[in-house]
Amino acid sequence: MAAISPPAPRPPPPPSRATAPLDNPPPAWRRREGRAALVFLAPALLGFLTFFAWPTLRGLYLSLTDYDLLSAPEFSGLDNYRRLLHDDVFWNSLRVTLQYVLINITVQTVVAVLLAVLMHRLTKSVVIRGMVLLPYLISNVVVALLWYAMADYNLGIINGVLDWAGFDRVGFFGDEQWAIPTIALVNVWRHLGYTALLVFAGLQAINRDVYEAAAVDGAGEFRMFTRITLPLLRPVMALVLVVTLIGSWQIFDTVAVTTQGGPVDATRVVQYYIYDQAFQRFDFGYASAISVALFLILAVIAFVQLRLLRAGDSDQS
Amino acid sequence: MTAVVQPAASSTPAHDRHTQRRATPAARRRFRPGRVLAWAALFLVILVTIAPFVWMLRTALSNNRSLFTDPTSPLPVDLTFGPFERVLGTATTAEAQAEGGSGASIRFWAYLRNSLIVSVLITVGQVFFSAMAAYAFARLRWPGRDKVFFVFLTALMVPPVFTMLPNFTLIKSLGLLNTYPGIVAPFFFMTPFAIFFLRQFFLGISREIEEAAMIDGAGYFRTYLRIIVPMSRAPLITLAILTFINAWNEYFWPQLVGQDESVRVLTVALGAFVSATPQTGPDWAGLMAAALVAAIPTILLFLAFGRKIINSIQFTGMK
Repeated sequence: MAAISPPAPRPPPPPSRATAPLDNPPPAWRRREGRAALVFLAPALLGFLTFFAWPTLRGLYLSLTDYDLLSAPEFSGLDNYRRLLHDDVFWNSLRVTLQYVLINITVQTVVAVLLAVLMHRLTKSVVIRGMVLLPYLISNVVVALLWYAMADYNLGIINGVLDWAGFDRVGFFGDEQWAIPTIALVNVWRHLGYTALLVFAGLQAINRDVYEAAAVDGAGEFRMFTRITLPLLRPVMALVLVVTLIGSWQIFDTVAVTTQGGPVDATRVVQYYIYDQAFQRFDFGYASAISVALFLILAVIAFVQLRLLRAGDSDQS
Repeated sequence: MTAVVQPAASSTPAHDRHTQRRATPAARRRFRPGRVLAWAALFLVILVTIAPFVWMLRTALSNNRSLFTDPTSPLPVDLTFGPFERVLGTATTAEAQAEGGSGASIRFWAYLRNSLIVSVLITVGQVFFSAMAAYAFARLRWPGRDKVFFVFLTALMVPPVFTMLPNFTLIKSLGLLNTYPGIVAPFFFMTPFAIFFLRQFFLGISREIEEAAMIDGAGYFRTYLRIIVPMSRAPLITLAILTFINAWNEYFWPQLVGQDESVRVLTVALGAFVSATPQTGPDWAGLMAAALVAAIPTILLFLAFGRKIINSIQFTGMK
């Protein structure tokens, strides 16, 4: 807080307002403004350099070292990356995460778009929008525990209902086949409202006249949805997909709280594997190399997506 | 003050009203069964969203021992406030064990206090410093401004896990492991999102008012505190709420640097539940009660500021 106490530089009163507009201030004024900007920016800059920029560079460096936290990092060239190529657990973690992302994003996007369209067509109620958003405001940990209890093999209500309906009980978190789909759907439940709201905002930006014109031409709801809504929604969908996909690849909390990577390696997702290597085995160098790999994957996804979906321009002119 | 251009998010309600007025007659003409089906689908989604919370409450009000005999009863089994008493520490060990709790003391109040301290510190620091930076990016002119802003924004693309490992080593070497400053530091000074969010609003404030203040002899800081901040109260509050909720829910980072009992936050304490309990007979009722109490601050904030939160999320969707 002490950072903002220096005397406020006062701009000299502009000589004559008519001849010296603010867009072209005299050099002395501009220097003062620059100095003020530096003071305003200083705390954020400190935070940015210390906790974003420097760690990014250091993470790259650590990935080239052998580092156990106790002694200084020892440069080891590309050893970590070579090891990565032959690490079955790493490749398995990529497969598992990919499976998670596919289920999570597909279900979430489809349902969120439908939900957003329903809300948009049926009601402007903020209460309804609020209710679907509620799970997003509850922490991952609480959400994970809640569903862990509900999906318990013996006592969970979900298995109780399955039993009652004549199906076999399912080990949602304990069965290798089921663990990833279960976690993916739990997180769909948490993020559905948030994603739907983003899409909803995109729908509101679409000009109503387009629909009116289509209605006059006799188009039904379904045609309007496929011919108008979806194409005009593309820029928003690009943004939503980039945000949710990148978030989805970083699944950690739910796994850490419920299955901890098990059964066997069925839910050992990439970020959990990084955590494993760094904090269970104290192999920080190797963990950093896996982080670099994850970072690259995310960068490629973002780049390709924005290109494919041409996020910048809308079809609505 | 009245001449001020209101920043973007508040313009949506007007738009709503506009579209609603025009949509209604068209809707009335339309095919009825389809609309009934659509409403049914919407209510199904809401049911699936809300039902787990009801179940949570039902379990939290059950006697944990009886829970095992009647796991599917839709109402609390042997209605009791025991689980809440166990969580809040008002139950004796004997009482706790009689209802199927572990009897071990839960330092819930300490975790709650830690969560509060950490979340409040993060919220105050992040909003305060991000707002200052946003002002420098939106209102002051200095060489290289837009380039620096772009560099700040690129930080949005770096996944948290990538910076968290080096940040952990940094916090460790500063001797800040298991301290409040260590848990708070990476979020205290800025996030790219906070700066971006506020800059958008500051850009929308009319320059004339600012110039008038300057001509009256107010410096940059006075102008900022007396003009910009009061006029941006709504987005500042919104950002503070979002920041608080995120800080309250954060798990990964405090789990790395704040394992110690003295600074352990609620999410970390709750997260340890599954790994710390035996496979047989966990205290589900107590756990659900704790989870529910842990969610109360966010739920209260949401009840009070729901519309602001919704608008801000829709605002992100527009950009």
